[in-house]
Amino acid sequence: MSEQLICKNVTLGYEGRAVTEGLHFTVSSGDYLCILGENGSGKSTLVKALLGLITPMEGEIVRGEDIAGGVGYLPQQTVVQRDFPASVREIVRSGCLKRSGLRPFYNKQEKALADENMERLGISHLANRCYRELSGGQQQRVLLARALCATSKILLLDEPVTGLDPRAQTELYELIGELNRGGVTMIMVSHDVSAIKYATHILHIGSKEQLFFGTREDYLSSRIGKSFVITESGEGAVPASDTDTDEKRGEGNV
Amino acid sequence: MFDKLAYYFSFPLVRYALIVGLLVALCSSLLGVTLVLKRFSFIGDGLSHVAFGAMSVATVVDVSVKQAASGDNAFARWITDVIEKTNSMVIVLPVTLIAAILLLRTGQNTKIKGDSALAMISVGSLAIGYMLVNVFSASANVSGDVCSTLFGSTSILTLSISDVWLSVGLAVVVIAIFLIFYKQIFAVTFDESFAQATGVRANSYNLLIAVVTSLIVVLAMNLVGSLLISALIIFPALSAMRIFKSFKSVIICSAVVSVVCAGSGLIASILFSTPVGSTIVTADMIAFFLFSITAKILRRE
Repeated sequence: MSEQLICKNVTLGYEGRAVTEGLHFTVSSGDYLCILGENGSGKSTLVKALLGLITPMEGEIVRGEDIAGGVGYLPQQTVVQRDFPASVREIVRSGCLKRSGLRPFYNKQEKALADENMERLGISHLANRCYRELSGGQQQRVLLARALCATSKILLLDEPVTGLDPRAQTELYELIGELNRGGVTMIMVSHDVSAIKYATHILHIGSKEQLFFGTREDYLSSRIGKSFVITESGEGAVPASDTDTDEKRGEGNV
Repeated sequence: MFDKLAYYFSFPLVRYALIVGLLVALCSSLLGVTLVLKRFSFIGDGLSHVAFGAMSVATVVDVSVKQAASGDNAFARWITDVIEKTNSMVIVLPVTLIAAILLLRTGQNTKIKGDSALAMISVGSLAIGYMLVNVFSASANVSGDVCSTLFGSTSILTLSISDVWLSVGLAVVVIAIFLIFYKQIFAVTFDESFAQATGVRANSYNLLIAVVTSLIVVLAMNLVGSLLISALIIFPALSAMRIFKSFKSVIICSAVVSVVCAGSGLIASILFSTPVGSTIVTADMIAFFLFSITAKILRRE
């Protein structure tokens, strides 16, 4: 497996003030990395840095050749989008923007790519519907399809299940897992424990420092992992064995 | 009634007014959708006040240069010539452009939030403009001058052929920019952070939107006056958004609504001798209510 993103002792911050220090991790193609952390731990700063919108104060972020064209991004919903008059097709096509460069309008290949990604996420029947009339889960699928139009190598998901009902959350997690098995590298930012179940790797950041990076199995048997799972899920003791944990997560976490 | 219309349209000034009016309506409605969705509805209002301030400055410069040089200095004559020939555009256009760019930059700066920066600039330049016009008044009828700059009561009927060509030029530029960058404008309006993440320079396109907006504001000042420009930007977009559900159809519909309202408003203002600007805005309001009612009925079915 080739390495797509390498973070080498990265310190992030604004205007000379560090938010997080000593981030050190690697993402290889096909990985499913889940980034955990409380509010204010610098998750959104890390997202911006991974997208290349801010440069690290120290250390460096190395991008593999296959993702030089950019990272697919699923941002958190904004107020503007809630009443935006746009059809699903228009939004999915806007993912091809970078691909088409400065040429006005989209060409046949780009339109075909958009159709293909709508098919892949099962939203072809919604193509002419208005985005603001869709359910939360459907909206996230639309945005996922758009991100896949930008690149099918690596996706960065910022709190993708926020505001969805439990069933839609599970469906979305399944869908993301399926895309990952299809070869798309996933980096998901979350504060939701049930996200852990689908990941292959975990990065846990606390205030100002990196608390854990490693595979999910290691995380679940580590001290920090256990305590996070217990406090966040609010169910007494959680077995360390990870198949058990999975089942508990699936049913218990709402 | 048609005789009366035909009589009025035999004057070139009325024909110029109609051409400029329709062009301005078309341009402002194109950008209006983006501005409303980006929560920049009031940028038209703010910029138009800036343009008003700049126009006062231009008038003052014109008058005081004339007085100082008393007509025999070639440089002074050149300055006053340029200002008068271009209808103060040489000063108004760059000042409005700079204001638009500043407003956009403060939008990203957290120290003064976008809406308060807008209010500050708009009220400030309105005050300075009015003060300048009062202190260095060029004519005896100050309040009349201010009123016509703000509400555009008659200025559209005093356009010269060079004004018409200037408007046509600006309109062509605006429409061309809009068509060429249509997909970028959509992407930046819908989701700036996604566009940025995929490597599109969203800030440059925001800048482009600000520049085009200030072009439209300056263009529209001749038609409806600076106070009513917001209406021209907001109403057609809001009307179209009531009923239509895709970005493309909203834009096409708002362009049509805007052009129809501007045309009928102009004709009505000639027939009933009402002020041009307010008549056009009234037509826009009527269209908005019609669209709202239609949307309600459609939803019930």
